[in-house]
Amino acid sequence: MPNETVQPIKFYQTGTLTVGNRLLDPEKRTVQASGERTNAITSGHRACQGCGEALGARYALDAAMRATGNRVVAVNATGCLEVFTTPYPETAWQLPWLHSLFGNAAAVASGVAAAMRAKGRPEVRVIAQGGDGGTTDIGFGCLSGMFERNDDVLYICYDNEAYMNTGVQRSSATPPAARTATTPAVGDKPGNVFGTGKNLPLIAMAHGIPYVATASVADLRDLEAKVQKAMTIRGARYIHVFVPCPLGWGSASQDTIKLARLAIESGLFPVFEAEYGEVVRSRAIRRKVPVEDYLKPQRRFAHLFKAGKPDVDRIARLQAVADANIKRFNLLRPDGDA
Amino acid sequence: MNKPFAITLDVGSSLANLTGSWRTSKPVYVDRIPPCNMTCPAGEDIQGWLYHAESGDYRAAWEHLMRENPLPAIMGRACYHTCESACNRGQLDTAVSIHAVERFLGDLAIKEGWLITDKAPPTGKKVLVIGAGPSGLSASYHLARLGHAVTLCDAGPLPGGMMRFGIPKYRLPREVLDAEIGRIVALGVELKLNTKIDDIPKAMKDGGYDACFAAVGAHLAKRVDIPAPDAARILDAVSVLRHMETGEEPPMLGRRVIVYGGGNTAMDVARTAKRLGAEAMVVYRRTREQMPAHDFEVREAEEEGVVMHWLRTVKQVDEASFTVEKMTIGADGWPQPTGEFETIEADTLVLALGQEVDTTVLSKIDGVKVTRDGTIQVDQGMMTGYPGLFAGGDMVPSDRTVTVAVGHGKKAARNIDSWLKGASFAPTPRHGLATFERLNPWYYTDAPKTVQPTLDILRRRTSFEEIHSGLDETNALFEARRCLSCGNCFECDNCFGVCPDNAVIKLGPGKRFDFNYDFCKGCGICAAECPCGAIDMVPEEK
Amino acid sequence: MLKQIEGSQAMAEAIGLCRPEVICAYPITPQTHIVEGLGAMVKDGRLKGCEYLNVESEFAALSVAIGSSAAGARTYTATASQGLLFMLEAVYNASGLGLPIVMTLGNRAIGAPINIWNDHSDAMAARDAGWIMLFAESNQEAVDLHIQAFRLAEELSVPVMVCVDGFILTHAVERLDIPSQEQVDAFLPPFEPVQVLDPADPISIGAMVGPEAFTEVRYLAHHKQMTALDRIPELAADFAAAFGREAGGLLKSYRLDDAETVVLAMGSVMGTIKDVIDDMRADGARIGGVSLCSFRPFPIGPVREALQNAKRVVVVEKDLAVGLGGVVAANVRMAMRVFDVPVCTVIAGLGGRSIPKTSLRRTFEAAARNELEGLHFLDLNWDVVNRELERAGEKRRSGPVAENILKDLGLIMHKVM
Repeated sequence: MPNETVQPIKFYQTGTLTVGNRLLDPEKRTVQASGERTNAITSGHRACQGCGEALGARYALDAAMRATGNRVVAVNATGCLEVFTTPYPETAWQLPWLHSLFGNAAAVASGVAAAMRAKGRPEVRVIAQGGDGGTTDIGFGCLSGMFERNDDVLYICYDNEAYMNTGVQRSSATPPAARTATTPAVGDKPGNVFGTGKNLPLIAMAHGIPYVATASVADLRDLEAKVQKAMTIRGARYIHVFVPCPLGWGSASQDTIKLARLAIESGLFPVFEAEYGEVVRSRAIRRKVPVEDYLKPQRRFAHLFKAGKPDVDRIARLQAVADANIKRFNLLRPDGDA
Repeated sequence: MNKPFAITLDVGSSLANLTGSWRTSKPVYVDRIPPCNMTCPAGEDIQGWLYHAESGDYRAAWEHLMRENPLPAIMGRACYHTCESACNRGQLDTAVSIHAVERFLGDLAIKEGWLITDKAPPTGKKVLVIGAGPSGLSASYHLARLGHAVTLCDAGPLPGGMMRFGIPKYRLPREVLDAEIGRIVALGVELKLNTKIDDIPKAMKDGGYDACFAAVGAHLAKRVDIPAPDAARILDAVSVLRHMETGEEPPMLGRRVIVYGGGNTAMDVARTAKRLGAEAMVVYRRTREQMPAHDFEVREAEEEGVVMHWLRTVKQVDEASFTVEKMTIGADGWPQPTGEFETIEADTLVLALGQEVDTTVLSKIDGVKVTRDGTIQVDQGMMTGYPGLFAGGDMVPSDRTVTVAVGHGKKAARNIDSWLKGASFAPTPRHGLATFERLNPWYYTDAPKTVQPTLDILRRRTSFEEIHSGLDETNALFEARRCLSCGNCFECDNCFGVCPDNAVIKLGPGKRFDFNYDFCKGCGICAAECPCGAIDMVPEEK
Repeated sequence: MLKQIEGSQAMAEAIGLCRPEVICAYPITPQTHIVEGLGAMVKDGRLKGCEYLNVESEFAALSVAIGSSAAGARTYTATASQGLLFMLEAVYNASGLGLPIVMTLGNRAIGAPINIWNDHSDAMAARDAGWIMLFAESNQEAVDLHIQAFRLAEELSVPVMVCVDGFILTHAVERLDIPSQEQVDAFLPPFEPVQVLDPADPISIGAMVGPEAFTEVRYLAHHKQMTALDRIPELAADFAAAFGREAGGLLKSYRLDDAETVVLAMGSVMGTIKDVIDDMRADGARIGGVSLCSFRPFPIGPVREALQNAKRVVVVEKDLAVGLGGVVAANVRMAMRVFDVPVCTVIAGLGGRSIPKTSLRRTFEAAARNELEGLHFLDLNWDVVNRELERAGEKRRSGPVAENILKDLGLIMHKVM
């Protein structure tokens, strides 16, 4: 499973991993490197310092804007992204944008897409977006319906692994052992329960839709390439973007991208692509790290690392989760260096 | 559009909300000095010229390099590149092969016939430079570029000093040396060979020179008393190497040569002897680890068949055999005799025990002081106690390398220039060091250094062909691009891309970036994700 | 054109004539035949340029409608009963965003106990959701109201719910006049949205509004409905002029001259009530009726005007605000608060219970004698109620109420112990 979607640029001095590279042909540079990028979410929004979702959403939508010649309508589920971008009287959006409810973004987007078809404007593309709660929980019914109908919608989930907007409660995307307001770090099994939760990318694949991908704010080029690719496809598409939340995770605001990177490099967040239900590519781990490297900087996992009494068993179970991902998606292989 | 009140909003209206007020610390762009630049004895802006080389603008790279050093083709071969030992990339995979890129640029300049044309207008001042070695050549070049009239005198028949008479051809082909010296002469430097100056103050006065830079080097070979019959052939390294350049016939070294010493010169002589067909041996009183010669010199010598005898001192020289005593390293780290002796069959002993400065000319000048170890004392601006007389290179206390000498020449030239203008030269203050810890190495693609092609071993043992070839353009470009740009923005756009608040302003190619503090919330992602550590977070003042 | 046709099919044809561009369908009895009819029209090409989406729930149906309407497409959907409750969050949202969606509500009871038959409980559950709610008295009016509904919705940028009695209207086959495409096109101009999602002129729809402006937003929604009080009669008049028959309007009076007892109701039951009024009038009773078409906005002024000479008002309604009484009656009392006239509530037809003329006549006559209590449950079986109350009084855990009642009625066998 080579990394074909990622632009195959072996370009020193920084290779493919920085946002820009003055040595690259302009058309091979990332959207984010361009001074003319849309800034789909502009300055003045009220996201917390170091918000991964604000970053991920701008990355994704700017890429979609470039891919479509700025013909994108965005539909937003209720959640942080909606609240921090559109508190009356200010909106940070620079593209047509509609917020309806928490659980219906996928359906609303289906409606927009249907309207564009009916109006004879199929070139206007529709992106629905929501957080993990709005996607994997309350919006799941509408999302599954949109997938099943193969409506011409790209749904992007910005996964920060809990209900952050309401004060960090558990969602079905919350990882095991994580402390949230509803899975507190108390008792003999602190944090979220092992063996729960759902893997939405795999569920999306089970719908047999043309395109499913996972991506991360830690790999801009990969994320942009996936959005760009998604915009070349008609039908239902799903991209699941990993976006750390300094507030909810108890991490330093400057560590947002670092944590996203460690999630990939530990194997806890596999980055892959699937077409019509089959995994076709994965992003190999470049510098493998133990899960501790990822867990330790986050206060939501602090109970695993109590001074002198680390929770060895449960750390091992989390490592097993990572190892299973590595095996399943073939994440450790020679082309690991990007 | 008659939009519904409050529910529907005009796009981009959040710009009215200045989120910069949330900030408790703010990012600032900084410049730090990269370790390569920090350690370069010639004071090169290595990162600066690599930046141009990375984009394939070799002419600009060469011109940038030439601001500090007029001898890139020579330096790319002869420099022991402390820059590479310091290079942060060494902690990532392998150091950038800076010397190889430098050599590529130097060779390209020779091939293309590039010349330095921008010179300051004539100042009307005359400067006498004594000694056409690396230091004198460097000083002449910089003085000429600063607009001064330079006369460069050398007692020898050919310019280049130790570059010619100390470094063997297989490390530095003479056409390279001649080309780079020729370019300095072409700058308008008057070169007078076979001109020995015994009375500097008089020469200055007679010639109407406003200042003088003396850099005659250190070529008096150190000797040691070893009992030997008159017939025994005992030579010194300096003479042997010099003879290689000036003699019509190669020096008569005999069949078996013992080189006594452990420095780079010892290696040069041993390897030269090997190439002349002799059996070459090195005798050194300490261990290999303690040898002052660079490891690669020793390794290459061994590859070429030079035999090493560690922990030995030469006690007695006879016509066909030498007696050596075994040594051991004492608790104090110094070699101690063991009283055990060996005999090595050999017919020539070459002493490579170091060189001393001939201070006779300078020591007689009023105010010039000679240090305890026989070198000329200079102040911070390279001036001796005699006003207007400056000195550098191997004559003054410092490491004796071509690169140090070139650095001395530049430093002296700039100080002479200031002195001539009645001012004192103030070097630009240096930024803090760009340490490896300040980097975010994730962003650098893995790229081990390009290995320079090496001549095959048989030809290395028998000929004086240059043993290392240069990089071709592709390899040189690759190598240049391995530079991490430690401590200085190279416009990778990371800060511009990773800011969740779009609070980084891209100013355009070559102009770097600015922060929009109206919106910057001070999250610090830009600083954390800056590959080269060019952003600091500083606390906001209340 | 006159046709012998099922009400649902007739409505489907009328909706089709309105050239909807997006239709979302989710099955729930009794509105199903309408969307089935529309689906067939899209599938066989009679209805062109229309996207027909089979969605996975009523919540999705109205959500799709929200999206398509915001994107500038004329949008239609239909639901009933539980479906309306399941989409209720979106019902409020559609009106809050000012999206001119037209939705048919096939009125049906709400469970538990689950019940597929007609009453108005569903509509009453959405009465404050900000939609204009029009009740059809007949299938002809149901056809005609849909045509008016699109124009009204789009003129005011507000969603309109056309309420039709489940089964009684939706499944009744009768002779109806289906207008021509030309007639409808002349009456209903193409949809020109006041706001639309368009990359050429981007806007953000659906902002979060705090205390500083929320009251104003709500007032403006109210004001819009007050405007509708003027527009609804005007559109009804336009419609009458164009189509040659009366339909819609805020309310319709029936034999109110000298009426001392006035019966007010919504929907198809008005047909039975009119028969009773005719019978009683024939016997000399001074009785008349008011058929309320526009429940939201509630026409306080016109209701007051219609009832100003009544000595008593009887509101027959197919819903129950449990713990209070009649919802419609409560609204009527608000209109009548300036008069000293009793307003009685008759709760009738819940869960599809038939409303016989005899029962109505008995009730109206009692009212005329001033013997009708304020809240009357038509044809309530007191035997059953009292027995259950007695059982519950004896033993707190006396079993499921519905099953007990059915046992009492002999409709199911007692379990063999």
